[in-house]
Amino acid sequence: MIITQSRDWERIEADLDEIGASRVFIMGCGQCATVASTGGEKEVLEAKAKLEASGRTVTGWTIGEVTCHSGGTGLDTRKRSGDIEAAEAVLVLACGAGVQTVADAIAKPVFPGLESVFLGNVVRHGVFEERCQMCGECVLDKTAGICPVTTCPKGLLNGPCGGMWDGKCEVVVDRECTHVLIQRRLVEQGRHAQEVLSPKDYSKKLKPGSVNLREKKGGSR
Amino acid sequence: MSRLRDALERGEFVVTGEIAPPLGTDLAAMRQSIETIGPYCHAINITDNQGASLHLSSLAASRIALEMGYEPIFQQTCRDRNRLALQSDLLAAWTLGLENVLIVTGDDPRSGDHPQAKGVFDLDSTQLLEVASAMNAGTDMLGRPLKGSTDFFMGAAMFPEAEPWDIQLLRAERKVEAGARFFQTQAIFDLAKLERTVAVMRPLGVKVIAGVIVLRSARAVDFINNRLAGLMVPDDIVARIKGASDVAIEAVALATEQVRAIRDIADGVHIMTLGLDSAVPQILGANQEA
Repeated sequence: MIITQSRDWERIEADLDEIGASRVFIMGCGQCATVASTGGEKEVLEAKAKLEASGRTVTGWTIGEVTCHSGGTGLDTRKRSGDIEAAEAVLVLACGAGVQTVADAIAKPVFPGLESVFLGNVVRHGVFEERCQMCGECVLDKTAGICPVTTCPKGLLNGPCGGMWDGKCEVVVDRECTHVLIQRRLVEQGRHAQEVLSPKDYSKKLKPGSVNLREKKGGSR
Repeated sequence: MSRLRDALERGEFVVTGEIAPPLGTDLAAMRQSIETIGPYCHAINITDNQGASLHLSSLAASRIALEMGYEPIFQQTCRDRNRLALQSDLLAAWTLGLENVLIVTGDDPRSGDHPQAKGVFDLDSTQLLEVASAMNAGTDMLGRPLKGSTDFFMGAAMFPEAEPWDIQLLRAERKVEAGARFFQTQAIFDLAKLERTVAVMRPLGVKVIAGVIVLRSARAVDFINNRLAGLMVPDDIVARIKGASDVAIEAVALATEQVRAIRDIADGVHIMTLGLDSAVPQILGANQEA
């Protein structure tokens, strides 16, 4: 899921002040931002209270079912078109994909209420870790299911670097070195030591990414 | 031909030193350091944004050392440049007469003076060694022929004291396969660990230049143990240095003893003075009298 964190509230206030918005509509997201406790009903109501405390009027709020989904968000915003029409700005408590989907769906100025930080594993409730960069060229087959691109702070394919000490990472010192973990798991599974991996092909991950299953069977990147 | 390469291949015990280029354009202090340690060194490492902190480039400073009559070891980290820039700088280095290159990963920007910087790490040190090897063979990393190749004498970093050893060893062997002909090690305190390193590397035909660091002050010891990656000063040495009536004198005495011992084990010594450049002749000279 997409991990979001709350955004510096003063920046949100400054964004609204910049266009002189005193009436605001708030939209959360029922998916990732709800699980991340950043854009569910509780957080939307907290944002409402803060906006009201700073003298603004909240014309209404809703939690998009899947805010990054254009069809669903189009429907959600049409259902609340009166409240949105009454507002001068919309604050979206969702990831950047969600914010842009809302911005495409309505004509009003839309502002981000969260920071989008990473694609995260839910380790347990409220604990998220980044394990995948979506690099488009998976190496997990060679690395015992542990991603060095993501979990080595330097993203080295071949390691460890010179800062490893007693199996620990030099950058995040309480972490086990990813490259030690990879080699250990390969040995435990009776596999060969990791071969030298070639430089990554960043042309596999050119911005902006696009997949269209309708255009070409199996999709294209 | 590289004097360092020549000496190592003849089996001579080599001495290398280390210079950090300035933060700025005033070269006086750097020239002074080079003049101080240069006469005692086969070659001098010129660091590349050492400690992930801004300095004048190793490329320019290496050329200056060469023009001063000393042999530089151009250092290249993978932190600040992508594969285009790395290859371009390797070609530049060769045309500037820089024959020795030390290829290292580089500290993470988070540990330096620009923690907001993007760490590039487009290639890692093993991959960059492979690229430099390809250039020596006359091609770029895509296999396209170069108009004029390089003939670098390539080194890599090694960490004999960092455990787990089996993983360190595998990593070092991979660097050798990628083209490293010599290793410069992190500072050594445990000579048994240096011995096991040399024992493995000698049969591979790879030279080991052992690191010695001059623990010139209590603050330096704390800095190494708290801030410097890949190195820890053992407790008995900490006690010896911190308990000394004159820390600098004790640090030089310790370094002198270490150099003496390393002569019997490794192929050379790499002296990191932490600014106490004037101690280099003493560290080596006292040894010659012994």
